[in-house]
Amino acid sequence: MPSPALRIFVVYLLAAGALLLGGCGETWNDPYPRGDRGKNYLYEFFNSRPKHLDPAQSYVEDEAWFVSSTYESLYEYHYLKRPYTLIPNLAQAMPTVSYLDAQGKVLPPDAAPERIAQSVYEIRLRPGVRYQPHPAFAKDEQGHYRYFDLDDAKLGGREQIGDFEFTGTRELTSEDLAYQIKRFVRPRLESPALSIFTQIVGLEALGKQLEADAATGKIDPDGWIDLRKYTLAGVETPDPLTLRIRLKGKYPQFIYWLATTFVVPMPWEAERFYAQPGMARRELTLDMWPVGTGPFMLTRNRPLRELLLERNPNFREQTYPCEGEPGDAAASLLKDCGKRLPFVDGVRFSYERESIPFWNKFLQGYYDFYSSSRFAGMATFDAALQLQGGALSLTEGMQAKGITLATETEPSFQYFFVNMLDPVLGDGGATPEAQERARKLRRAIGIALDVEEYLNIVRNGLGVGQQGPIPPGLPGFRSGEAGVNPYLYTWNHNRPQRRSIEEAKRLLVEAGYPGGRDAKTGAPLIIYFDGYDAFDRNRLALITKQLKRIDIQIVPRLTEWNRFQEKHRKGVAQFSFWGWNADYPDPENFLFLFYGPNSKMKSGGENVFNYANPEFDALFERFRRMDIAADRQPVIDQMVDITRRDAPVVAGWHDQAFQLSHAWLGNVKLGKMVRTQRKYLSIDPRQRHLARVAWNQPTLWPLVLAGLSLVALALFTWRRYRRHETEKALPGGGT
Amino acid sequence: MIAYLLRRLMWAIPTLIGVNLLVFTLFFIVNSPDDMARAQLGSKRVTQEAIERWKADRGYDKPLFWNSRAQGLARVSDTIFVQKSARMFLLDFGKSDVGRDINRELSQRMWPSLALALPVFVLGLFAAIVFALVLVFFRATWLDFTGVVLCVVLMSISALFYILAGQYLFARTWNLVPISGFLPGVDAWRFLVLPILIGLVSGLGANVRWYRALFLEEIEKDYVRTARAKGLSEAAVLFRHVLKNGMIPILTGAVVLIPSLFLGSLLSESFFGIPGLGSFTIDAILQQDFAVVRAMVFIGALLYILGLMLTDVSYTLVDPRVRLQ
Repeated sequence: MPSPALRIFVVYLLAAGALLLGGCGETWNDPYPRGDRGKNYLYEFFNSRPKHLDPAQSYVEDEAWFVSSTYESLYEYHYLKRPYTLIPNLAQAMPTVSYLDAQGKVLPPDAAPERIAQSVYEIRLRPGVRYQPHPAFAKDEQGHYRYFDLDDAKLGGREQIGDFEFTGTRELTSEDLAYQIKRFVRPRLESPALSIFTQIVGLEALGKQLEADAATGKIDPDGWIDLRKYTLAGVETPDPLTLRIRLKGKYPQFIYWLATTFVVPMPWEAERFYAQPGMARRELTLDMWPVGTGPFMLTRNRPLRELLLERNPNFREQTYPCEGEPGDAAASLLKDCGKRLPFVDGVRFSYERESIPFWNKFLQGYYDFYSSSRFAGMATFDAALQLQGGALSLTEGMQAKGITLATETEPSFQYFFVNMLDPVLGDGGATPEAQERARKLRRAIGIALDVEEYLNIVRNGLGVGQQGPIPPGLPGFRSGEAGVNPYLYTWNHNRPQRRSIEEAKRLLVEAGYPGGRDAKTGAPLIIYFDGYDAFDRNRLALITKQLKRIDIQIVPRLTEWNRFQEKHRKGVAQFSFWGWNADYPDPENFLFLFYGPNSKMKSGGENVFNYANPEFDALFERFRRMDIAADRQPVIDQMVDITRRDAPVVAGWHDQAFQLSHAWLGNVKLGKMVRTQRKYLSIDPRQRHLARVAWNQPTLWPLVLAGLSLVALALFTWRRYRRHETEKALPGGGT
Repeated sequence: MIAYLLRRLMWAIPTLIGVNLLVFTLFFIVNSPDDMARAQLGSKRVTQEAIERWKADRGYDKPLFWNSRAQGLARVSDTIFVQKSARMFLLDFGKSDVGRDINRELSQRMWPSLALALPVFVLGLFAAIVFALVLVFFRATWLDFTGVVLCVVLMSISALFYILAGQYLFARTWNLVPISGFLPGVDAWRFLVLPILIGLVSGLGANVRWYRALFLEEIEKDYVRTARAKGLSEAAVLFRHVLKNGMIPILTGAVVLIPSLFLGSLLSESFFGIPGLGSFTIDAILQQDFAVVRAMVFIGALLYILGLMLTDVSYTLVDPRVRLQ
């Protein structure tokens, strides 16, 4: 008969075992709620809390997935076509654009840009588009808004938007888009859109009026401001489905900004709802809870734990495209042609701070895809991919799991550059001879900085060496021999070949630095590399070694990010590193980096090299007013050639991204600019479930072994203790 | 004792002001209000006007310590330091630099942090004491030697290795628990088992060695010999007498740790995706959110002061000779 203590222990053990097994289901390591099982959800991660989900404020890649899934812009990029092609989204068709002169008279479409005082964009919206169900729209039987007289006490314990019992919806009108544009100048709302949309006639004046009204107490900047009462001269809504925007002068790239989530419908009810007392304290704000017309709606927002997007039941009828690039049909990317979007019922984003747990969960099937662009570290590269003959392929382990690989050269530009204001590396002073010597010095550095070697060692070959600022796949990019930078490469055996170190040394001699020493003073040529702490020692060692080949010494000046930026704002850096990700897929968005008036030091712009060339500036001013459909290639070629010749960017590359996807994920096509990707993706939930069960069967022997070891240890200790307590003090002695 | 505690509490005020001043100074040596604005507004297409508006909206457009343009007391009070610090003494931490309520965040995140740290603390303390007493019982035998060597091995391995190895073995290879994540309510245990186990094992070596040394010192004393002579079993000697007399240094080390349980474990929370105060602090540091960093340091200092007071009180409980005056 076991002792009572032993019986209690056994009962507890059985109860714990039952709880353990009962709580786990088929797999023990499933990190998702039991309610998710069998659901057609897409599983993704986020690694830092989104700061802004308010479309007037959000301008960061990590937030774009949420904002683009819940709101809809007027235009979007075709999911499959490349080069990127704009298509109507909320708009019925592409806008009609007309031009006015200073007197307000209509000009012909081919009018000279200098005659154009205003451009008028007229956009017709789709009818019948409705907002997601939301308490801001909820009305009672008398037609009054249910939740417009809330305060802290009435809000009670409501913490999530789903805690409100009633919801409502209404049809989208053009007034909602006008309302959103006015929000760019709303006090307390620092919108990054403002620097772009000041082209809209009257927007700056509206901003000043709102500031004045806030200063005089007419409006409460922290409360509800009914922007419907304010007139914005450059935005008209002649009827509920027509939006008319007037811009100062001619700005053809404006169409791309209409495809961003800055210009989305914002119902006034949403701002009115969230402005009530007690809402902000509960984080019930537009920055946390979007109110849109998009394919998904945010139903759970627990920062640093999970965000859940679920299908918007009011989403309009939109179908999967039936045409794409050559090869898309063979890649099964057209099989869902004409089917209604979205395919998944929701997207669950889980918080993952570190890349290793994320990678392991991807291998267990708990994430549907792994994207290189989402986690900066690529510690898992060797386990997943191999580089053979310059081409990426999956390892056998990945293939055995049915994982597929997709790659894309991103519309981005990473570069080593010189500060053109620097007396040694910059434009070289007043005389053309001195300028030419400085150019030769920069070209010598450009030849010695072997980007291909750098990419292979530092980035596992994931990148394409740049021949100019425009990335492959964008209009204006030239491939093959015509696209080679002749100052750094030759065309040999059908591929660009870097010029020799001897040639770089010869350039160095012509620049006045034979053997890496100043020909006049004999002083060694020392270049200061201004980086920030994330630029690790290995990368630094590599570029130091490369420049050593032409006897140039590199001295690193690494600092933290704030000071690094400050150096560039003050124009005191010498040789440095920077990058640019496209706002839109147009060469203008890369060539503007070289435009003199955009100088970082002089105007705080994005021309971080502080490059100023009147010839380039004149071409750029002409180019930026050219219609996108016009033949811009000759002007682009000239500008690209000038940037190559002057070489403010000495070396650089365009990032190559890859995505690993499980076999159950369908319609995968990479497209950095297509941020509405979630609505096109499809899932086979049954296949996923079977794979997860097969891959995640618990191994129990370690538990049994650990339990037995503990019991053995306890028994051993007990026996030794008993022997100690009962042994005789003397051999053969009595007690 | 009440007078003593009140006096200690009064001393806490200048200590907290000093800590706050130090954090404030260090933070603003590295970051200017312009840097903070840029961190929040992003690095693309940010105009100086937007930066000025951001600072003005959040009160970062004032001087740091001395406002020479103000009059009278406002020269001191109308500064970033006073405006941002004064309310903290009422435990009102205001809004983070992205506009979120810090008190609300603290109240929500405290629980996952506690759920992880409290079991590690309690079980760790219990396990370390038991193992230390067992080693003391087997002192000067091969078992004691093996135990000490094992402790040194456990101490020599970094916490990060425990986490990565634990995740790889228990979650990735044997599929026993989720690798990372968190669910509220009864499901939370599945996500907490592994980090608790790892926290327990990673702290065991150092604590067992230290406690063993303390108990060995006690076991040579006269009262222990007396207890044995009285005929008490060795277990009674160890657990009833040696443990009680060895408690003061243990309490000094342990009680002072209790407040830090609220602040969370930076590494574990980060790797296991637990939404506690540790990951909250890391996020704030990375995003240069001064309001949150300042609040967390203030709370840390306050809890540390309270922890030390609690330690003093606990001395009186375990040692009747100690009186707080």
